Amino acid sequence: MKKNFLYGLKRGIPIALGYIPVSFTFGLMAVTGGMPVWMAIFISMSNLTSAGQFAGTYLILHGAGLLEITMTTFVINIRYMLMSLSLTQKLSQDMTLPRRMLIAFGVTDETFTVASMEHGSLSFFYLLGLITGPFIGWSVGTALGAFICSSLPEALSNAMGIALYGMFIAIIIPPAKKSMPVIFIIVISVLVVCILRYIPLFSSISSGFRVIISTIIGAGLGALLFPFEARDNNIQEMRE
Amino acid sequence: MNIKVAFLAILLMALITYIPRVLPLAIFRKEIKSKYIKSFLQYVPYAVLGSLTFPDILYSTGALTTAVCGTVVALILAYFEKGLVIVALGAIITVYAAGFIL
Repeated sequence: MKKNFLYGLKRGIPIALGYIPVSFTFGLMAVTGGMPVWMAIFISMSNLTSAGQFAGTYLILHGAGLLEITMTTFVINIRYMLMSLSLTQKLSQDMTLPRRMLIAFGVTDETFTVASMEHGSLSFFYLLGLITGPFIGWSVGTALGAFICSSLPEALSNAMGIALYGMFIAIIIPPAKKSMPVIFIIVISVLVVCILRYIPLFSSISSGFRVIISTIIGAGLGALLFPFEARDNNIQEMRE
Repeated sequence: MNIKVAFLAILLMALITYIPRVLPLAIFRKEIKSKYIKSFLQYVPYAVLGSLTFPDILYSTGALTTAVCGTVVALILAYFEKGLVIVALGAIITVYAAGFIL
């Protein structure tokens, strides 16, 4: 039991270290955008996800409605269903319902990837150890970024408006280089969002719903034209 | 930003992030078989992040010229797989510097 926990903890340390600079930038970005320090930290501790909370925070800072925020977050995070589904195949017998509910909170692209590469079944204490480090890394990184931001000069914080988009670009470009379907999906989604934004006919559609519509069209067309047979290998590429 | 509304939004985000994680673990015992649904789910992040970034990045700095400079630098750094933080920092520094030159 203790051995499994310590082994999981060890396996989670590289993930935790990888999370610190990313969550640091998130904390910095959120507070630059006008969010209180405690709120940025609270987002990281309660959401524990990258793309979903970046998008949600972006929408909050831009005064989007609750429905838009909820739907956008849902559309982004729906991919976790796939990971949790896949994890259910590997769980050991000691996974009772309350334990499953606790572990579910810590399912991320990275913890999922590490867990699914382990040999044999996954015990509760291994998984608990695995998600502990990443949770701490994500929270502490956010706190550092949020506090440091409070003391930044204003000239610099203007330039930081581009930070979030820079991170988005850093997430999507490397996998796009290696995959035609990913390039196709990005181009289609951007095309649709531009049409909805610039053609007056669609001007009543809010920014959050523009993203949802273009996501469903982009990812939907992608899935129809380029369904892949190999399981789960894309998940590793879209992490960070 | 209204603090109460923002706080409520965060609680909803936390819930809506947790639900897809917990539902399969708590309920399902089988894996999705449809390759179309599997593909769709894996393509979603790219579609979302793409449509969040463009064209909004061009309006993110208050001046189109500095934003274009930052975008180009971010794309180049990302193409060479420099990682999230370097790409973001590169874009920020470029915008900051371009603000003085242009």
